[in-house]
Amino acid sequence: MAAPTPRVRMPATAKAGEVVEVKTLISHEMESGNRKDKDGKVIPRKIINKFTAKFNGKELMSVDWHAAIAANPYQSFFVKVPETGTFTFEWLDDDGAVYKAEQKVTVG
Amino acid sequence: MTKTLRGLSRRLNRREMVVGLATGGAAVCIAPMAAFATPAQVEEEVKKATGGKPLAEGKIKLDLPSIAENGLVVPLGFEVESPMTDKDYVKTLTFYAEGNPNPILAAFHFTPLLPKASGQIRIRLAGTQNIIAVAEMSDGKLFTAKKEVKVTIGGCGG
Repeated sequence: MAAPTPRVRMPATAKAGEVVEVKTLISHEMESGNRKDKDGKVIPRKIINKFTAKFNGKELMSVDWHAAIAANPYQSFFVKVPETGTFTFEWLDDDGAVYKAEQKVTVG
Repeated sequence: MTKTLRGLSRRLNRREMVVGLATGGAAVCIAPMAAFATPAQVEEEVKKATGGKPLAEGKIKLDLPSIAENGLVVPLGFEVESPMTDKDYVKTLTFYAEGNPNPILAAFHFTPLLPKASGQIRIRLAGTQNIIAVAEMSDGKLFTAKKEVKVTIGGCGG
């Protein structure tokens, strides 16, 4: 499978203290570990098990994802923009890989 | 007349499917590995996570379809009523499913830096079942909400 591509959609500018919606999506098959291949062997689990959102290095929210999260996981939520800064988003894979995305938001 | 005929052919189809699944070895949903969670098991999980403290109804708004055509992608929206200040915020929000192979769907850990405990995810549901949300507030109070989703095509991995 191609390397997972994270996508983040949120405004690049905001008023100080404004609440904005963040929509994130990452391409990932989220193999649940419940499926079997055509020889009857269990396909091993490989999912993204943690999603974290940070602002200027401070954690805002983290989510533990389990096998029931649909393929190409979507996550939307709301953040407050207190000042100009960078939002970072991290997806942690079962195999230890970390996928990252960043978004600068300017207050003006 | 047409109705009964249609019903008959549907039944046949279902039987064919079951036979096909059993012989083809592609019996993903009924594989012993994928033993399904039960409401009692979910109750147990909730108890483990909350220490058996009482749960109150309310505060949580779940936005789930009553009927999901495709269990592989079911949108799950949520909002927990809370001022989200340093003293009073939603600490965790956990979603449970009563009929999936794994009783837990997702667990959110919020901080008071968030303006509201609200958002959306997409989940897989193996069949018609109840979704249960349990929120823990920063003061230790627990709230719960429940909604049934009817699933026409299961998302248990087929």
